[in-house]
Amino acid sequence: MKCDVCENEATVFLTQIINGQMTTVNLCETCSKAKGVTEETGFGLAEAFLSPSHRTDSDSMEVVCDACGFTASQLKKIGRMGCPECYAAFRDGLDGLLRNMHKGTRHVGKRPTHLSAAAPQMLPRQRASVVAEPPPPPPPPPPAPATPPPVDIAKLRAELDLAVQEERYEDAAKLKSEIERLQPKASSK
Amino acid sequence: MMRFATLIKNPADWMKGAGPHSEIVMTSRVRLARNLRGYPFPGFSQERQRVELLERARPVVENLPEMRDGYSEEYSDLSKIRKQVLVERHLVSREHAARSTGCAVVVDRKQSISIMINEEDHFRIQGIRPGLNLASAYEVVDRVDSELESLLPYAFDPKLGYLTACPTNLGTGMRASVMLHLPALVLTEQINPVIKAVGKIGLAVRGLYGEGTEALGNLFQISNQHTLGEAEPEIIAQIEKVIEGVVRSETTARAKLKEDHQTMLRDQVGRAFAILRYAHILTSKEALNLLSMLRLGADLDLIGNCDRSLIDMLLLEIQPAHLQLNAARELSPEERDSMRAEITRARLQSIDGPGNLPPSNSTPGGTPSAPHDE
Ligand SMILES: [Zn+2]
Ligand SMILES: [Zn+2]
Repeated sequence: MKCDVCENEATVFLTQIINGQMTTVNLCETCSKAKGVTEETGFGLAEAFLSPSHRTDSDSMEVVCDACGFTASQLKKIGRMGCPECYAAFRDGLDGLLRNMHKGTRHVGKRPTHLSAAAPQMLPRQRASVVAEPPPPPPPPPPAPATPPPVDIAKLRAELDLAVQEERYEDAAKLKSEIERLQPKASSK
Repeated sequence: MMRFATLIKNPADWMKGAGPHSEIVMTSRVRLARNLRGYPFPGFSQERQRVELLERARPVVENLPEMRDGYSEEYSDLSKIRKQVLVERHLVSREHAARSTGCAVVVDRKQSISIMINEEDHFRIQGIRPGLNLASAYEVVDRVDSELESLLPYAFDPKLGYLTACPTNLGTGMRASVMLHLPALVLTEQINPVIKAVGKIGLAVRGLYGEGTEALGNLFQISNQHTLGEAEPEIIAQIEKVIEGVVRSETTARAKLKEDHQTMLRDQVGRAFAILRYAHILTSKEALNLLSMLRLGADLDLIGNCDRSLIDMLLLEIQPAHLQLNAARELSPEERDSMRAEITRARLQSIDGPGNLPPSNSTPGGTPSAPHDE
């Protein structure tokens, strides 16, 4: 069988869900590596999740992401998450997996400065019920600025957050440039 | 917005410009993976959801200050050849180009920033700079990212960082990669230890074209594999440091070739020039390998009247989709090989082949060429 990307002989076979349809992707070794489907990242990922200590007793007891319906066995096949909420649903075993994959298990880089703590979750943030462990705590709010900005800027920021939440992006863009005009040093870096 | 033809007609900023070490480092690229809350990742979403996200996000992306008056296209409106041209220009990924409805790309006027919508992640923001300049490439994508973040609700977790479809991108969501031309390390058979050493410190090395260990055109790409547990500037500083080392090794190997293997070097460059200048059938593989020798010859002042950017442009022009775009139709592989030779012959007309060995240690006369960093 030939690789779907180039013409070489395929050695890696992946099942993906595209448009809700199961699709098989055939890759040669090089292309699979280029796509990040290496031992540690692709199948190894799934194996780590389904290692005996995390395996559920039967298929009917499978861990499922409540937000998107992604299942542990799909994760095993694809090596990818279904939606952002999946990281909470499949939290078990994640740390060990990330330790093998990365330099650490905790993000230390850039953080969004505009994330609103009050932003409603559009998806239910719940853990799959089959695993008898307490649900994960809600994400802590982003760190508050050390010194509160002047009143009118704070007000504009609140309006900006609201505009983003309500998906009024033109308003948001206007508010943002207004804030930047009033507070030129408040860059988002 | 800009038309496709206008975008492609002009060489990208990074093709013309010289950057630090650009005789060895061709480009520096940084890409950030970002996703929105409330939508499944593109690989697990329905077409309806992807279209919805695209319709919501695309106007926002198009109106970012950096992207204004740029090029923006949904893939269902783009022919296969045009998509492939974008891949060959490193503006979109091969995987993204294979997609259709609900996927789009927005490129700035200078072709130095591209934002893919609904790739493996909802957004892939990429910056590309000439030479070794990851810091500057990051600066650009960081700015675009901060703007986008203020307008769209990102999926971010305080502990895990930016949430991505694949856990290998979790945290910073950043992949920084550098494309290197390493002919002297290959010719002197020192490339494998270098690759091994780089791999050992957690960076990925692969040939840019070609399969397995083969690297067509002696082009290699080095990138970070870890995205979680280190901050962006740390990751970038580490790669730049490693690349500086590789550049030093290549420079030393080039000096050694010129010093100790002058005749062999001239022979290789001369043969490459002769074939490229007069051949009527050129496969992609042959052309890439010979152009690599020619570029080395230009860098070492063995051939005259040859600006490096001429070769770098040619490396793009001879790619399959660029050839077909130029011909304005689909071409069979045989037609491509002959057209590739035709374009190459034309472009190399003004170049002087390598002359005789200089009598002494001095460089051959009459070879004005691009200034070097050393
Ligand atoms: Zn392949
Ligand atoms: Zn999910």
